[in-house]
Amino acid sequence: MTQPIDPLALAGAKPKGKRPYFLDNPDVERVMAITMAVAQELAVMRERLDTVERLLEAKGISQADIENFQPTPEQADARGAWHQEYLARILRIYQQEIEALDKPDEPTSEDIGVELGQDG
Amino acid sequence: MTDKTYDGPPDYRLVGEHGMFPRTTHDEKARFNFLAHLNRHLASRILPGVKTAYETRIEPNNPVPNHRNQVRKQLLKDPLFQHWSAQRRNTMELRQQAGRWVTLRQAEAMNAKARDLTEGDERLELDPDLEIPPYLAKIDHHCMPGSYHDELVPGDVTGPANYDCGIFVTTGGGLGRFNDGGGHAVVKWMKTNRPDFAPKRILDIGGGLGQNVLPIAQAYPDAEVVCLDTGAPSLRYGLARAKEMGVDNVRFVQANAEDMSRYPDGHFDWVQSTMFLHETSVKSMPKIMKESHRVLAPGGICMHVEQPQYSPDMPLYEQAIRDWDAFYNNEPFWTKMHELDLDQWMVDAGFSRDELLHGGVAAVVDAELFPEHANDDVEDYGRKAAWHIVGGEKKAA
Repeated sequence: MTQPIDPLALAGAKPKGKRPYFLDNPDVERVMAITMAVAQELAVMRERLDTVERLLEAKGISQADIENFQPTPEQADARGAWHQEYLARILRIYQQEIEALDKPDEPTSEDIGVELGQDG
Repeated sequence: MTDKTYDGPPDYRLVGEHGMFPRTTHDEKARFNFLAHLNRHLASRILPGVKTAYETRIEPNNPVPNHRNQVRKQLLKDPLFQHWSAQRRNTMELRQQAGRWVTLRQAEAMNAKARDLTEGDERLELDPDLEIPPYLAKIDHHCMPGSYHDELVPGDVTGPANYDCGIFVTTGGGLGRFNDGGGHAVVKWMKTNRPDFAPKRILDIGGGLGQNVLPIAQAYPDAEVVCLDTGAPSLRYGLARAKEMGVDNVRFVQANAEDMSRYPDGHFDWVQSTMFLHETSVKSMPKIMKESHRVLAPGGICMHVEQPQYSPDMPLYEQAIRDWDAFYNNEPFWTKMHELDLDQWMVDAGFSRDELLHGGVAAVVDAELFPEHANDDVEDYGRKAAWHIVGGEKKAA
């Protein structure tokens, strides 16, 4: 029997219109896209684990319990706060680049090493 | 984390699951949560850095730009803009994949449900011979594969279902429980500014799956309401969705707004569009505006809701960032539409200057559960759920 719609093949379909690439090396952009998809799946797993842990805390668990879990407003806020922390962690390199914007002449460790190694 | 009160996107589980809404598993909800947060992070944490990069290392080292396209081309060479852009594009692609996975895996059940709800219902008027206008056929708007009109199988509604369940991601829930914050916003404007207005017939142009017209239909329950669009899947899903939400005074009509000859002059008391004009073209827009004026009754009101125009006092940097969706999110007419003199186009369509009206609206949502964009200081240029109105009031005969 043929499946009329194949989600595996079609969910990630390319939209009409040529895709723009932004990074100087498209390979880096490809790796970035894969990394972010992995980051997404890790976030999904973390949310599921959070559900399990909160259920374990309260009572015995079942699949239905997990599927239908509704966080309280406080629990949802805590999850949202986790997302913020998580993104700040994995996108740290951008934060550091922004912080470095006003330090264009900051010496490297090598520079400092050379300086510290020089005789008086 | 600090003990600061949480101010991020709400949990996806607060989204309103009407009867046509695709079912989502625990992990699918979590995927939408992640993507909403990623959008918010890109807007609130990375984009301000792009502005700093522009001010500190692009502006001082480049010729003074006289147009937003020059700013954009300067930005394209900056690594932070490159990464923000690559992330934003990729996030949109992830959002489409996540939503399509949800709807395609249950396509058979969803399509059957839509068929059961709409078959034989005279409020669904489809036109299989309608030619999809080039502005929709040439490119898939906001990277949504299949756009508003493609059908994977006959009777398909998976495209609009994907739109409905995934738009939460782009605005972080800013459009409210049923993605209808825009519709509630124009109702609030009308009830506040024209409290005695009692339209008998209302037309929503480019209404898609009707998410914004349902609050209008509910606010004016005695009115006959038409949701007009070119996409059959959207209209089919829209009627099924309206019925599941208990809204019965809306017809879903497949037609091109450039030719509304099916309706006589002065047929509608209220002609409305919400975030629609930017998805058309410079050739079609004057025809749409002219037709909107023609079908508007004396004493009636025409309102188009859009993002703000590029005015001379809007900094070129802001214009360039607002233009991002035009170049990189498949909204090709966005850039031109936002520089047009819309007042002049309304006049060319038949309104006199003293009939024009302007206003500003922000999404009206359940503020206990969803972010209120009117009070939100995170500006995701071009995506914030706060809009401008350009319209006209036809003088009574």
